Amino acid sequence: MLQKKNLLWLAALAIALFVPSIITNPAYRQIAVITLIFTACATSWNMFSGYSGYVALGSAAFYGTGAYTMGLLAVHWHVPASGDMFWLVPVGGLAAMLVAIPVGLIALRVRRHTFVVITIAIFFVFQLAAINFGFTGGTGGLTLPYVPWLIQDYHIPFYYVALAILVFAIALSAAVRRSRFGLQLLAIRDDEDRALGLGVKVFPVKLTGFAMSAFTIGMCGALYAMMQGQIYPQFVFDPIFDISIALMAFFGGFGTLLGPILGGLILESSQQYLTVSYSNGSLYLILFGVLFLLVVLFMPQGIVVYVKEWWTKRQDRMAAASEAALAPGINS
Amino acid sequence: MTTLLSAQSITKAFGGVQALNLCSLDVEKGSVTGLIGPNGSGKTTLFNVVTGYVKPDAGTVTFEGSDITGARPNKVFAMGIGRTFQLTRIFGRISVLENMLVATQREESWLRGLTRSMSSKSELDAAMEWLDFVGIARLAKLPAGSLSYGQRKLLELAYVLVADPDVILLDEPAGGVNLTLINEISQKIRALNKEGKTFLIVEHNMEFVMNICDSVTVMHQGANLVTGTPAEVRSNPLVLDAYLGGGEEQDSIEEVANG
Repeated sequence: MLQKKNLLWLAALAIALFVPSIITNPAYRQIAVITLIFTACATSWNMFSGYSGYVALGSAAFYGTGAYTMGLLAVHWHVPASGDMFWLVPVGGLAAMLVAIPVGLIALRVRRHTFVVITIAIFFVFQLAAINFGFTGGTGGLTLPYVPWLIQDYHIPFYYVALAILVFAIALSAAVRRSRFGLQLLAIRDDEDRALGLGVKVFPVKLTGFAMSAFTIGMCGALYAMMQGQIYPQFVFDPIFDISIALMAFFGGFGTLLGPILGGLILESSQQYLTVSYSNGSLYLILFGVLFLLVVLFMPQGIVVYVKEWWTKRQDRMAAASEAALAPGINS
Repeated sequence: MTTLLSAQSITKAFGGVQALNLCSLDVEKGSVTGLIGPNGSGKTTLFNVVTGYVKPDAGTVTFEGSDITGARPNKVFAMGIGRTFQLTRIFGRISVLENMLVATQREESWLRGLTRSMSSKSELDAAMEWLDFVGIARLAKLPAGSLSYGQRKLLELAYVLVADPDVILLDEPAGGVNLTLINEISQKIRALNKEGKTFLIVEHNMEFVMNICDSVTVMHQGANLVTGTPAEVRSNPLVLDAYLGGGEEQDSIEEVANG
C-alpha cells in the first residue's frame, strides 16, 4: 500500500518533469510556473497553519520579503543577469525566515481569531513599508536585471526551479507530519494548554513551524521576482495572495498533505487560464465564488477529506455486503 | 514518610474573588491523598497553581524539596507531576495512540522533535501497554474525538501515566462515570499506588474518596480546613458545617450584620 502511494508520487513527478515539453506556448508555460509557485506556497502555509490551527493571513509579508531580497540584492550586488540569480532564491527564503522570527514572537503570543487579525495587521505594515521606504523604489517598483533568455524558452528554467521548490515543500510537509515536531503541532491545534501540560514546549514549536513555512514562501517570492523582472509593492505584498493560499488549502483539505497541492494546482491554474484566455482579470472571482459556495455547502472539510470519507464508507458498505452474502439465512 | 509535594500558604485572587486564601497541603510520598470540599472551595485552582497553569499571588509550591512556584506547565510535567482535568482534555483529531505519544517525551529538548520520528519502538510499546492497562488498547487507531466520555477519562489517565510521573493529580476521576468504571478506576489507582505512585485526588464522590485515600484534606473557602484519615474527616463537625452550611459561615454573616 505504501509502495503504491510512493509510485503515485513518482508518476506525478515524472509527468511534471515533462510539462514544459508538452506546453510550448510561453503564456501557458508562465501559467504553469505561477501555479507551481502558488502550490508550493499553499503547501508550505498548510505545513504550519494547517497542522497547528494557527490560520495566518499575512504570509504575503514573507512572499514580498523574498521578492524584494532578490530584487535588492541582484541590483546592489551587481549579480549578472543570468542563471546565477537563482542562487538568490534560497537567500530570499532565509531573509523571509529571519523576518518571520520577530513577527512570530509578536503574533504567536495570541491565539485563534486574534492571531488572524494580528497577522493581517503585520502584513499591512510590510506593504506600507515597501511603498514608503526609499530603497524599495516605492510605488514605482523595482526593476531587476532581466535575464536575456529567448522568449520562447524563457520560462523553462523557472519551471524547474519552481518544481524543485514545490517538491521541497511537499517533502518538508510530509517529513513534519511524520516527526515528533509535527505531532506536537497537531497537539497544539487540538488543545494547546493540554499539550503544554504534557511537556510540549509550545512556543518554540510554534515559532519554528512559522519560520519554516516562511522560508519556502520567501523562496517562491524571490523566484517570482526574478521571473517577472519587475516588482511592485502592491503585487508582491498582495492581500489577495494571503487569501488565495489559505483558500487553496481549505479547498483541497486543510491540514492534509495532499489538500493544498490539489487546491493549488486546480485553483491557481484555472485562475491564470481564465485571466489569460479572456483577458479579464476578475472573471475568475465569479467562478471561484460559485466553487467555494459548493465546497462550503457540500464538502466543508475540503476535497481530500470528502473523498476519503466517501471511499471508507464505500469500503464499509462493500464489506458489509460481502459479509451478508457469506452469511445467508440468518433470518430464515 | 516524606513529603513529596507541598503547597504552603497559597493565595490567589481572581478579581475580587479570593479563590485561595493561605491554603496549605502536603502530599506524602507513596500516599493517595484526597482533596474534597464544596464547589468553589478552590480545589481546582490549587491544582492549577501546583501544575503551573495559574501563578499564585503568594505562597510556595515545592516538589521533592525544590521550589517550583510559578514554573511553566511543561516544566512541572517534566519534573514528574502529571495531571488530568475535570473536564477531560484530549486531542480530538489525532488518534488515541498519537495522543499517548504526545506525552512520551517529557524531558526531551524541543529541537530534538524536528529530527526524530513521531515514535520509537519503545515508546509505542509503552503507549500500547498503558492503553492496555486502562483497557482501551483496541481503540488505539481511532480518532480520540470519537471516544465516549468514560473512554476519554481512561485515555487521559493513560497518557499521563505513560510519561511515568512520580505524582499524579486527578481532578474528579469519577465525575460523570458509571459505577462499574468507577470501581475499575479505583482498582487501577490502587494497583499503581502499590507500585509506588503517589496520587492527589479531587473528587465529589465520597464513597470513592473514603475507600481509596490514606489521608483526606477538606477545603473550604480557599483554605484547608481539616486534614486526617477518612474516618476522622467524616466525623469532624467542621466538615459537616462546610458542606451543609451554618457554622463558620453563619458566624461571619452575623459579624457582618453586627457591623
